[in-house]
Amino acid sequence: MAGLFKTEIKNPVLRWVDTRLPIITLMNREYAVFPTPKNFNYFWNFGAIATVQLMVMIATGVLLAMHYVPNTHMAYASIQTIMRDVNYGWLLRYIHANGATMFFIVVYVHLFRGLYYGSYKYPRELLWMLGVIILLLMMATAFMGYVLPWGQMSFWGATVITNLFSAIPYVGNHITTWLWGGFSVGNPTLNRFFALHYLLPFVLLAVVFFHVVALHITGSNNPLGIDVKGPQDTVPFHPYYTVKDSVGICVFFLIYALVVFFAPRFFMAPDNFIRANPLQTPPEIVPEWYFLPFYAILRSVPNKLGGVTLMFSSILVLFVLPWLDTSKVRSAKFRPMYRPFIFLLLIAVVVLGEVGAHKPEGIWVLLGRIATTYYFLHFLVVLPLLGKLETPLPLPESISKPVLAAKTMERA
Amino acid sequence: MTDATTADGAKGPPRRDFLKLVTGAMAAVGTGAVVWTFIDSMNPDKATIAAGAPIDINLAHVAEGQQIVVLWRGKPMLVVKRTPAAVASLKDQKIVKLLSDPDSKVDQQPPYAQNWHRSLKPEIAVLIGVCTHLGCLPGYFPKPSATTPVPDWPSGYFCPCHGSKYDLAGRVWKGVPAPYNLPVPPYHFLSDTMIRIGENPPGQNWSMSNIVQM
Ligand code: HEM
Ligand code: FES
Repeated sequence: MAGLFKTEIKNPVLRWVDTRLPIITLMNREYAVFPTPKNFNYFWNFGAIATVQLMVMIATGVLLAMHYVPNTHMAYASIQTIMRDVNYGWLLRYIHANGATMFFIVVYVHLFRGLYYGSYKYPRELLWMLGVIILLLMMATAFMGYVLPWGQMSFWGATVITNLFSAIPYVGNHITTWLWGGFSVGNPTLNRFFALHYLLPFVLLAVVFFHVVALHITGSNNPLGIDVKGPQDTVPFHPYYTVKDSVGICVFFLIYALVVFFAPRFFMAPDNFIRANPLQTPPEIVPEWYFLPFYAILRSVPNKLGGVTLMFSSILVLFVLPWLDTSKVRSAKFRPMYRPFIFLLLIAVVVLGEVGAHKPEGIWVLLGRIATTYYFLHFLVVLPLLGKLETPLPLPESISKPVLAAKTMERA
Repeated sequence: MTDATTADGAKGPPRRDFLKLVTGAMAAVGTGAVVWTFIDSMNPDKATIAAGAPIDINLAHVAEGQQIVVLWRGKPMLVVKRTPAAVASLKDQKIVKLLSDPDSKVDQQPPYAQNWHRSLKPEIAVLIGVCTHLGCLPGYFPKPSATTPVPDWPSGYFCPCHGSKYDLAGRVWKGVPAPYNLPVPPYHFLSDTMIRIGENPPGQNWSMSNIVQM
């Protein structure tokens, strides 16, 4: 049926818009009055920070693209132009390059928050899976972005990663040739990576949108992991969480700025300040830090196809996590057995990160294998069993109960 | 209107179903055809393929034991004039027993290089310098050494990326991440000192797409 949307907005101009496209009512409902659990801790800031960071990456990326040339003869030189000649080009580049690092820190914390507080469980399974897709898209985007400056690590990183696909039986070689658009990583490869590096963040934006839509259907989880029972358990998103998120965003930008202005090359590989040379492999090929745990898993298997399969599985296993964890209790706070194991997983991932940064010899091989084994044991064996073996602590009756209890205790 | 009351009075559903099936099939075929053109546009273009034509290399100035590296199709071609010691090392049982495919059984080379020296002539080696693990360029360490690149090194190629080891004929060791021997490209001798990479010897017909893994 045709007709105008019945809005409560009074301002005549806004009212005119809102009756035709109820975007103001929508924003008000989803971001202002939206009832949100009142017990969030600061871990719940990281989704908002990630969203802001995606904007920062898109803004700086578009500006960089105005000066960057995606051609093997000119790419490296165009980066030098950006660094030396373009007004504030150095700033754009350092914000963007370190931005990827900051983005991954934020998303990894966000993801661990989900693991710790059981945010992936019913009814948020699809929300979680969209998150894993976001993670995969981020990785693809970051990988292709790193190729663009056409330094030694760009070139050899691209060579190593695209060669992962040659492990696929029968069609592997055809796939790598197709990915390269040539017989090796070269100009067609650089050109298409630039096109895709430009495209994927916008795909990411779309998936983040669905991620948030799904979040607003189920509502947020909270540190207690119990369901919202009624209005006494929630506060409106604005001003309570717009303000709390702003605090987090300010702290985030503070740290980010310290890196950009005082240690802009801390995370950059020295070898990437040498122009790509297909005739010389750098002494050691190390990916960006955020890929190191996965790289370590890849190398912990002395068989190529096995290593590649295990590496991809390490992320794919996250997709089925909601069904591997058999416990109904969400928050680790009330899961005495799950708690040590989830920290053990964190340690295993950190160890893998360290292993990935070292040549695979001596103790590093052994450590890598132990940590890889635990990583998979955790998801495939420990989680399914824990739900059966563990006796959870008694859950609080509602969110407001313990919040009020804590308040009275403070006063006493 | 239900299917049972079509204009010509014939029984409806089978005919309607058939039309739906044919339409759907045509749409699927059409979409597939278009998608294929999109996918194929990403394959190497004509200029890239043309730039991958065979190249000639003059070995007259290559010293004994020296390796020269020439880019062909964006990949490093390793050409070595082997010393007698290097040739002998290929049959040295101490080394051969370390290898995972000493007889080059896996198709990583043309049939004319499927021999103990993996080349046309024992004293000239031609290899593709692409580690079969993940594509790094293995380093050439032709002399035995107590320390470099790793302790008790017998001689051969060592990949800096994940530590794969090969002998001087590019045959891969057991227990390293790389699964296969280094590939050998098609090549032949135009004269005693000239080789052409990218072309089989006359009468031979072998395609690089036979290589199990580049
Ligand atoms: C570009 C990256 C990402 C953005 C922009 C993003 C954005 C957001 C936002 C704004 C929220 C709501 C605020 C909050 O709860 O913190 C959220 C919630 C959530 N995200 Fe993400 N996210 C990203 C990546 C991921 C990833 C990689 C995962 C997991 C694999 C994930 C899993 C979740 C889950 C489970 C929730 C609901 C959490 C809860 O309410 O307890 N997200 N996300
Ligand atoms: S690429 Fe040579 S060992 Fe991995």
